[in-house]
Amino acid sequence: MRQRSNIRFMSRQEVFGYVMLAVILLAIIPLSLDVFRLNLIGKYLTYAFVALGLVLCWGYGGILSLGQGVFFGLGGYCMAMFLKLEASDPESTKIQSTPGIPDFMDWNQITELPWWWEPFRQLPFALSAIVLLPTLFAFIIGVAMFKRRVGGVYFAIITQSIAAIMTILIIGQQGYTGGVNGITDLRTLLGWDIRSDSAKVILYYVCSAALFICLLLSQFIRYKKLGRILVAMRDREDRVRFSGYDVANFKIFVFCLSAMFSAIGGAMFTLQVGFMSPSFVGIVPSIEMVIYCAVGGRLSLLGAVYGTLLVNWAKTIFSETFPELWLFAMGALFIAVVMAFPNGLASLFKRYIEPKLPAWYSGKTMVSKAPIIEKDSSMETAHANALGSEENIGPSKSLAKPETAVTVAPRTDEKLEGGVYVD
Amino acid sequence: MFEEYSMAELTDILFMQGFAGLILFSVLVLMALGLAIIFGQMGVINMAHGEFMILGAYTTYLTSHIFETYLPALFDGYFFVAMALAFLVCFALGVLVEWGMIRFLFKRPLDTLLATWGLSLILQQSYRTVFGAREVGVTLPEWMMGSYAMTETIEVPINGIFVMVLTLFIASGVYFLMFRSLWGKQVRAVVQNRPMAGAVGIDTGKVDRYTFGIGCGIAGIAGSAFTMIGSTGPTSGQLYIVDTFLVVVFGGAQSLIGTIASAFTISQSQSTLEFFLSGSMAKVITLLIVVGILMLRPQGLFALKIRQ
Repeated sequence: MRQRSNIRFMSRQEVFGYVMLAVILLAIIPLSLDVFRLNLIGKYLTYAFVALGLVLCWGYGGILSLGQGVFFGLGGYCMAMFLKLEASDPESTKIQSTPGIPDFMDWNQITELPWWWEPFRQLPFALSAIVLLPTLFAFIIGVAMFKRRVGGVYFAIITQSIAAIMTILIIGQQGYTGGVNGITDLRTLLGWDIRSDSAKVILYYVCSAALFICLLLSQFIRYKKLGRILVAMRDREDRVRFSGYDVANFKIFVFCLSAMFSAIGGAMFTLQVGFMSPSFVGIVPSIEMVIYCAVGGRLSLLGAVYGTLLVNWAKTIFSETFPELWLFAMGALFIAVVMAFPNGLASLFKRYIEPKLPAWYSGKTMVSKAPIIEKDSSMETAHANALGSEENIGPSKSLAKPETAVTVAPRTDEKLEGGVYVD
Repeated sequence: MFEEYSMAELTDILFMQGFAGLILFSVLVLMALGLAIIFGQMGVINMAHGEFMILGAYTTYLTSHIFETYLPALFDGYFFVAMALAFLVCFALGVLVEWGMIRFLFKRPLDTLLATWGLSLILQQSYRTVFGAREVGVTLPEWMMGSYAMTETIEVPINGIFVMVLTLFIASGVYFLMFRSLWGKQVRAVVQNRPMAGAVGIDTGKVDRYTFGIGCGIAGIAGSAFTMIGSTGPTSGQLYIVDTFLVVVFGGAQSLIGTIASAFTISQSQSTLEFFLSGSMAKVITLLIVVGILMLRPQGLFALKIRQ
C-alpha cells in the first residue's frame, strides 16, 4: 500500500463526475420537476442503491446475485412495519375487531400482534433492523456458499431461488405480512406526515444524500487495497487464493455490503412511495435491478445511478404511452446490453464523449469511471488498469487508439465473469 | 391431525398424494430434461426455457383447434401430431436463438443468463400479443378423460398416466440419444474438451446448435404434455423456471440420472407436504430444503467426478 500512495482517492474526472451528479440530483432535478415527478425520481434513486451494490458485487467481485430484491424487500418491510405500527394506533383502528393491530392482520382474523412485530414499535430498533437484518441474511448465505466455493452460475441460481422462496413466503403468510398487497397505507414517521408535498421533497433530498454516502463508501472501497483484491479475485480467483488470501471472506464482505445498500434503498423506497409489497422482492424485480446496473456499466459506480434513472425513466414513458411495447423494449435492452455493450453507458461515455471534452477535464491522467481492461496478461496490469493507476496507463493509450479498445473488447468481457475464466 | 382418518384411508391418501406427486414429477422431469441437456451438457443457462415450454403448449393449443375445426374425425389422435409439431417449432426457434445469440456468449455464462432472460421477456410479450393475456386450455380427446379406479377408494386420472408414460418414453429417448448414439458421444466430447473435439473433426458449432435445439424441442414436448393437466398463459413458463433449475442443479448438473432422482425427490416431498400444510408453505419448505442441501453439497446429488 505504501508505494501506491500516489493513487488518489478520486481522479480529476471522478471528482468532476461526482460534482456533475450532485448538481443534477440536488439542483437540476428538484428545480425542474414538480413534486409528483420528483417523488418518482426519488423512487428510481432507491433502485440505484441496489444497482450500486451490484456494481461492487457483480462488476468488481464477479458475483452475480439475482436475489437483490430480497434485501431490498427486507429493508423496505422493516421500515414499513415500523410505519404501519405507527399508523395503526388503537385510536385510528377502533373500528377493527381488535384495535391497535395493522388492518390486514385484523382482516385475517389475527387478534394479537405477533411477537416479532413487537420490537418494530421502536424507531431505533427498526432502523438498525433495516441495516442489520439483510446484512445478516446475506452473511449467512455468503458463508454457506462462498466457504464452499460455490460461485458463478450456481450462486446466481440459488439467490434467484431464495428470491422465489421469499415471495411465496410473503404472499402465503398473508396475516403476518400483508400478502400480495403488501403493507400499505403508511402515513406518518414519528408524527410527521410523509405523504405531504414538503415531506416528499425532504425525503428526496435524504434519499439523494444517502445515495451519495453509499457512492463515496463504494469509491473508498474501490480505491483501497480491498477493491484491487476484488478485481483480482474476479479475474483470477486461484491466484489470489494461492497468494494467501481467503477469497471467501472478501466475497462475503462485498455481498453483505451490497445487501446493505439494497436494504437502505428499500427503506427509502417505503418512505417515499408509502407502501411495500412482494412485487419488489421476487425474481423479476431482482433481475431487473441487474439490468439497471448493466445499462449503466457494470464497472461504473456513477454509471449505476445513471443506468437506473435511464431505464426507469424509459419504463415510465413506455408504460404511459405504449404499455404493450415495454416488455419488448426491456427484453431487447437485456440482449443488447449483453451482446453489444457489456460495459454499458460508461463505456459509451468513455469512448465517444470523453475524448471530446476539453483538456482541463482529462488533466494529465487517464482515469475512467469504467475502466476498460486492455491487456489481460498479468494480474498487475489488470489491477492497475481497473483502478486507473496513472503510472500504468498513459493518456494516449486508449484515447489515441480507439481500434485497440475495439479489438480487445471481447477479451474484457470474458474476464468479467468471476471464476469462469476459460483458458 | 390424523385422528379423523382410519389406517386404510391414510394409506389411500398417501397413495393418491403420491400419484399427484408422480404427475408433478413427470412434468418436472420433462422440463428438466431439456434444461439438463442445455445447462448440464453445454453449460448454458437458458432462462427462456419456460417460454420454450409455453411455446410448445400454445402449439398444442393451436393444433387442437385446427383438428377440432377441420379434422374432427381424427381428433382422438391430435395429441401425437401436436407433440411432434411442438418439438419441431421449439427446435427451430432454439436453433435460431443459438445461432443468433448463444454462440457468442459461450464463455460468459452469467451474460447468457441475462440475454436469455431478455429473450424470455420478448417471448412472453409476443404470446400476450398473439394469444391474449388470458389462460387457454385444450380440449382433451375422449379417451384421455376420466379416471381409472384401481380399488374402491383409489382413482387415478388417465391423463396423468399418459403424461407419466410419455415421460418414461422421452427420458429413455434422451438417454439413448446422449449415451448410446454417435451424436451423444460428440456432444459429450465437445462439452469435455472443445478444442480437442474440434481437432478430431467434430463440427463443434453444429453440435452446439443441435444440442441447444433438441433441449428446446424437449421443452416444447414438456409444454405439450403440460396442456393436458393445466391451462397455459403467457407467464406460466416463469412459474416453473426456478423449480426446473433447482431440479437440474440439485441433481448434479451433468447427470441425467441425478436430474430424474432430484425431480422425484422434489415433487414427492412437495405433494406430500401439500397434504399437511398449505400449498405455498409446502413449496417454501421444499425449496428451502433443496437450497439448504445445495449449500451443504453444492455439486448436487449425483456429481460426475471430473477434474476442475
